[in-house]
Amino acid sequence: MSAEFIIGHYNYWIIVILMMAGLYVVLARGNLVKKLVGLNVFQTSVFLLYITIGKVHGGTAPIEIKGAYDVVYSNPLPHVLILTAIVVGVSTLAVGLALVVRVRETYGTIEEDELVEADLVAEFGEAGKT
Amino acid sequence: MLDFVTEHLPALQVVVPLIAAPVILLYQKEAFAWGWALLTTWTTFALSGLLVHEVFSQEFISYDLGGWAPPLGIEYRVDAANALVIAIVAGIAALVTTYARKSIQAEVQGRNQPFFYVLLLLCVSGLIGVAITGDAFNLFVFLEISSLSTYTMVALGGRRDRRAYTAAIRYLITGTIGATFYVIGVGLLYMVTGTLNMADLAVSIAGMDNNTTVQAAFAFIVIGLGLKVAIFPLHLWLPNAYTYAPSVVTIFLAATSTKVAVYALMRFLFTVFGIRFDFELDSLAFLFLPLAIMGMFIPSIVAAFQVDVKRLLAYSSVAQIGYMLLGISLATSASLTATSIHLFNHALMKAALFMALGAVMLRLKSTIIDDLAGIGKTMPWTTAGFALGGLSLIGVPLTVGFVSKWLLIQASFASQQPWLAGLIVVSSLIAVVYVWRVVEVAYFSPVPEGRVRQEAPLSMLIPMWVLVAANIYFGIDTDITIRLASLAAEALLGGAP
Repeated sequence: MSAEFIIGHYNYWIIVILMMAGLYVVLARGNLVKKLVGLNVFQTSVFLLYITIGKVHGGTAPIEIKGAYDVVYSNPLPHVLILTAIVVGVSTLAVGLALVVRVRETYGTIEEDELVEADLVAEFGEAGKT
Repeated sequence: MLDFVTEHLPALQVVVPLIAAPVILLYQKEAFAWGWALLTTWTTFALSGLLVHEVFSQEFISYDLGGWAPPLGIEYRVDAANALVIAIVAGIAALVTTYARKSIQAEVQGRNQPFFYVLLLLCVSGLIGVAITGDAFNLFVFLEISSLSTYTMVALGGRRDRRAYTAAIRYLITGTIGATFYVIGVGLLYMVTGTLNMADLAVSIAGMDNNTTVQAAFAFIVIGLGLKVAIFPLHLWLPNAYTYAPSVVTIFLAATSTKVAVYALMRFLFTVFGIRFDFELDSLAFLFLPLAIMGMFIPSIVAAFQVDVKRLLAYSSVAQIGYMLLGISLATSASLTATSIHLFNHALMKAALFMALGAVMLRLKSTIIDDLAGIGKTMPWTTAGFALGGLSLIGVPLTVGFVSKWLLIQASFASQQPWLAGLIVVSSLIAVVYVWRVVEVAYFSPVPEGRVRQEAPLSMLIPMWVLVAANIYFGIDTDITIRLASLAAEALLGGAP
């Protein structure tokens, strides 16, 4: 693996690090809000992935320059796709946080292991305590 | 007017429920919301019937959204495979809305009742969109429209049991990871090909057997959609979501949402990637087949030990997905016909069973198996409907369940794997155990003191019995369904759509 390869794929390293960090937080953290934050970091890494795909070497912003014919533009399609994906991400976060509020209201906690224990106690009585 | 409808038929399937949904927000009265949703879902069902009719006369319909020609524009592409799925979604939606009113009044908080119908219409629109679109990214958008409304609908069960909230948030986290995996896969494919149109993708990736980006894209898309399908080890979100959601939501989800995800998975496996790729054949044989067999057995055994009947049926749904996956993993025309017909048949039987349970929930306020003692006498029609649906689930002759299992067994013989046929029969016997547990309590336990005969209202009985009758009708007259399913299998396997 040459230094040029490592530096040339700079964006992709960042994407992979963000993606794995986000997914790890979702899986490893018990706090529901932290889980949602992790989920958002995970989604954001995908936004970066798409934007990186859209980059054309030496390309400028994809806004037509009248009268100039030798201009290289970046690919605008991934940008547009990601606008949609951002909207989806925001809506998911909103629904998720609304649910967390409900969980807090009804259970009095948002820690996953306490939620699991509360459910076990509800189902099996004292025997469900861990 | 009629010309306009025929010309824009594919777009109308999605647009009608999508536009109708926010109208309810303008006038938030429960009666209006229900009536409006009823009108919309039946209209959508009629439109989907027209679409199926059109597809019979021509091989496929291609519709350019907004007049932009594919592959640059978004294309709606309807062939037998997705026409079948669209008809399932629209048909079940119409019956569920007819059924819903009494059950929603009893189970959902008053001010939230109109919102349920908004969510239902949005979910219908999203699911039909997933099925109809020929654009990989557009599929993601519709997948999220349907998923977000689903999470919220599951959470509506929170008034009855607070576990609905935790079930919904768990479903949200798993579902979002699945959808994001899918988008990563689509992004990788776009990186290699520069297109998002499924037909165009299929042509562009031909011969890229050893391209690691294509292989990674395959892995991401399969796992992402697998989470939505609830393939056996990825099913953990499903039992709680089905158990604690309001009865009506469970009926709708069990009958449609996993079916649409199975369709999307098949579309990618067979149309976009296709069995021309060695890595796909390997993953079908060494990943899908073992998971399908485990999925047929382990959730069935778990189901046999459940005390909540709703949860029992949820685990049984995971097991049924195992059968569909078995048909996918054999990847022949016969096995895909079996999977396609099982999509349809399983929607019929699970909707009938969950409708019966919804009626039980309305009268008894519980679906715990011991509380169901003697309902054979107090709710005879509901219990009879449940028993017939259960027979169909087991796969007794003259029901639709038998047709799917028979075709699946034939497909496994045709693929030179007769031992699979044995496994299908043995796993059906486990279904006998869990269906029998319920039927035994319902018919042979004495009626508890002080409980009077109290049948479910007609508005619930009629949709339930329409589905029970369909279970038997399509089990005897198999012409239409088998023809449509084999056309669907051909459409899926026919290389580029």
